[in-house]
Amino acid sequence: MGHLNPIASLEVGQDRTMILNMGPQHPSTHGVLRVILEIDGENVVRIMPDIGYLHTGIEKTCEAKFYQQVVPLTDRIDYLCPLTNNLCYVLAVEKLLGLEIPPKAQWMRVLMNELTRINSHLVWLGTHALDIGAMSVFLYCFREREDILRLFEMVSGQRMMTSYFRIGGLALEPPLGFFDRVRDFIARFPSKVDEYENLLTGNPIWMMRTKGVARITAEDAIALGASGPTLRGSGVDIDLRRDMPYSGYENFKFKVPVSQDGDVFARYLCRVQELRESNAIVQQALDGMPEGPIKADAPKVVLPDREKMKTQMEALIYHFKIITEGFAVPEGEVYQAVESPRGEMGYYVVSDGTAKPYRVHMRSACLANLQLLPAMCEGRLIADVVAAIGSIDIVLGEIDR
Amino acid sequence: MPLVPAVTDLDKLKGHPAVARLLASNSVTVEGAKFDRDEMTVYVHRSSIREACALLREDPGCPFNYLSDVTCVDWYPQEPRFEVVYHLLSIPNKERVRLKVRLPGDSPALESITPLWPAANYFEREVFDLFGIRFNGHPYLRRLLMPENWEGHPLRKDYPVEGYR
Repeated sequence: MGHLNPIASLEVGQDRTMILNMGPQHPSTHGVLRVILEIDGENVVRIMPDIGYLHTGIEKTCEAKFYQQVVPLTDRIDYLCPLTNNLCYVLAVEKLLGLEIPPKAQWMRVLMNELTRINSHLVWLGTHALDIGAMSVFLYCFREREDILRLFEMVSGQRMMTSYFRIGGLALEPPLGFFDRVRDFIARFPSKVDEYENLLTGNPIWMMRTKGVARITAEDAIALGASGPTLRGSGVDIDLRRDMPYSGYENFKFKVPVSQDGDVFARYLCRVQELRESNAIVQQALDGMPEGPIKADAPKVVLPDREKMKTQMEALIYHFKIITEGFAVPEGEVYQAVESPRGEMGYYVVSDGTAKPYRVHMRSACLANLQLLPAMCEGRLIADVVAAIGSIDIVLGEIDR
Repeated sequence: MPLVPAVTDLDKLKGHPAVARLLASNSVTVEGAKFDRDEMTVYVHRSSIREACALLREDPGCPFNYLSDVTCVDWYPQEPRFEVVYHLLSIPNKERVRLKVRLPGDSPALESITPLWPAANYFEREVFDLFGIRFNGHPYLRRLLMPENWEGHPLRKDYPVEGYR
């Protein structure tokens, strides 16, 4: 494990080498990642990521909030896929409570989650291509991302910090015309993916910058804790949606793209294929959307309808109690993992029987994926570091929490 | 899925591959087990965490080859105060198991599993940073998220939410 070697004496380089600081305000580090490079000419001898610039102590904040007040905090962890984090948290608390969720809420969750995956992958594709020098892809990707953000706004009132899922169901019934807008979007989206692929997949410059670059084997990727497309790009066929289904994913049919090469190009291919698969899942969710309530029948946990609250005494009491003193969750602990666009996003929630979580821990896929960086980059060129950082698709908000 | 009471009887839980494997070994001290909400938890003595992980990783029937997560829970003011929590995943068998080690509040330390799984590197540094638990044998045990000169460990329960002023 040569790449595990700590860089304790980075202040003093060896002969011939120099220390180069990249970030935390470098555009290609996707946020505030600082990378310390020891370089010999253009070659990277050692590399050490330095994180923590965005640490806000969300896990500590959660311990002082009621269970339902944590949902908006989970948006802020990974601002590119807020709904995935919402889902993971509410699933964990629902498991602690033993709540049954009505089918329509589950299917809506799947639908929104796959739109989020498309959204997140579009930002990744645009910025990754931008880093490597393909300027126009960025504009194409953000054009479609805008459509998705409008859909989010329509359903939740927010473009990015959606907080659309609630413990026990959804916040609101999807508005009139929402499904038509989604249908309209997914009908034209595959042709847009063709457009991106026309620009990149066969492009000789793109292939030269990505093929064979930052290669990692399946054994190393597993040992270093990689997950998601980063792991599947190395040929490990695992997708939590298919293998350990949650929220009704067992009802959907989709392929899990796997690539064997383990380089930047392989990870690129996996994610672009996932765009198409997610589109197909949204289509299935639309076609089979069940009718029924969007909230579980649990008056002590789920807020009553506005109308009922104003006309029925009992609903008003429950509303008052949930808002002012929360709801007690039975003692226990739960680890709920979902397949986020970046990999295995896990929430470990511990309850001590009160209305506030005793401990909430987020297992960040990016934090683990970032550990691959030294193994990917050491011995290669500085320019490849930029390609490698883009290919593991990190979000610093999730790493630092 | 209504809640069912947790099963804590070791004899009843022997069917689970991880429990069977750990109980069969002489070098690992199993302190207990719990099956709750479809999740398996095995309590392991602090001295045998590395052997326990190595055994589970090399299990031929159900290799828990992937380390999902390492974290910690502070039960202040109870003793033993800390619980270090390991989440393992078996990629071939799609099976999860949670290992727990209880540690006293006074200078908590245990063996690092980074030599087994380099993935534990950042996770253990984070636990060291936010809880002040030492991992012996870790190659580079320094603060990960907080500044190097920070005093205290923020996720401990005796650390105020708004920090020291």
